[in-house]
Amino acid sequence: MISKINYMNIKVLYFARIKEAVNYSTEEVDLPSDISTVTALKNYLSQRGETWGNIFNGKQIVRAAINHQLVDDMAVIHAGDEVAFFPPVTGG
Amino acid sequence: MGVRVQTEDFDLSQELISMRLSGQAKKEGIGAIVSFVGLVRDMNDGDAINMLTLEHYPGMTEKALQDIELEAKSRWDIIDSLIIHRVGTLQPLDQIVLVAVTSAHRGEAFSACEFIMDFLKTSAPFWKKESTNHGERWVEAKLSDDVAKARWQK
Repeated sequence: MISKINYMNIKVLYFARIKEAVNYSTEEVDLPSDISTVTALKNYLSQRGETWGNIFNGKQIVRAAINHQLVDDMAVIHAGDEVAFFPPVTGG
Repeated sequence: MGVRVQTEDFDLSQELISMRLSGQAKKEGIGAIVSFVGLVRDMNDGDAINMLTLEHYPGMTEKALQDIELEAKSRWDIIDSLIIHRVGTLQPLDQIVLVAVTSAHRGEAFSACEFIMDFLKTSAPFWKKESTNHGERWVEAKLSDDVAKARWQK
């Protein structure tokens, strides 16, 4: 039996040095529905190639927000969410 | 409580006049205003800074700053607070950020103002990029800012 993969559409945003590295700020991603946490999304994106691997391999700190709220890596992603990745903040 | 994210400069004395003379301040017996203004450094890590660019996350920034104000209001008996943070391109010694807090007595306003700044430094989505004679570089987050935030842990 062939299992059917469901997808959920999310919006992903990148900021600061991460935005510069991937060369764009916003994309829509159709995510296989078994990718449901921030950690899983990081791993998923890291497989896109060297640039992405370097960002999401855990060697640099990458913070995440879901729908404008800072979250940790165990946070759950739902369809329609806006997920953002960025370096530690340096305002003020 | 107010939050403004803007490219334009701000006038500290005008902002303090508005807070001092508001109906709310009068009603709640204002006796103190504490304000902090953060500036663009002209030197950082041994290099002269020619220019600073501030990027932020529109939407989340405002929400994060409002959440910090709400937390301050829940911890201290303050009347009002204001955060203005500039974004875009700034020059050395330009004003970057204003935090102002009003209260009946100074202690509450001092503590709340410092608390808001410490949380802003580590929780609000702003990123600084410096331009020096060696080129551009992103400013690294400082451990000392995390330490400053941690002392407010309940």
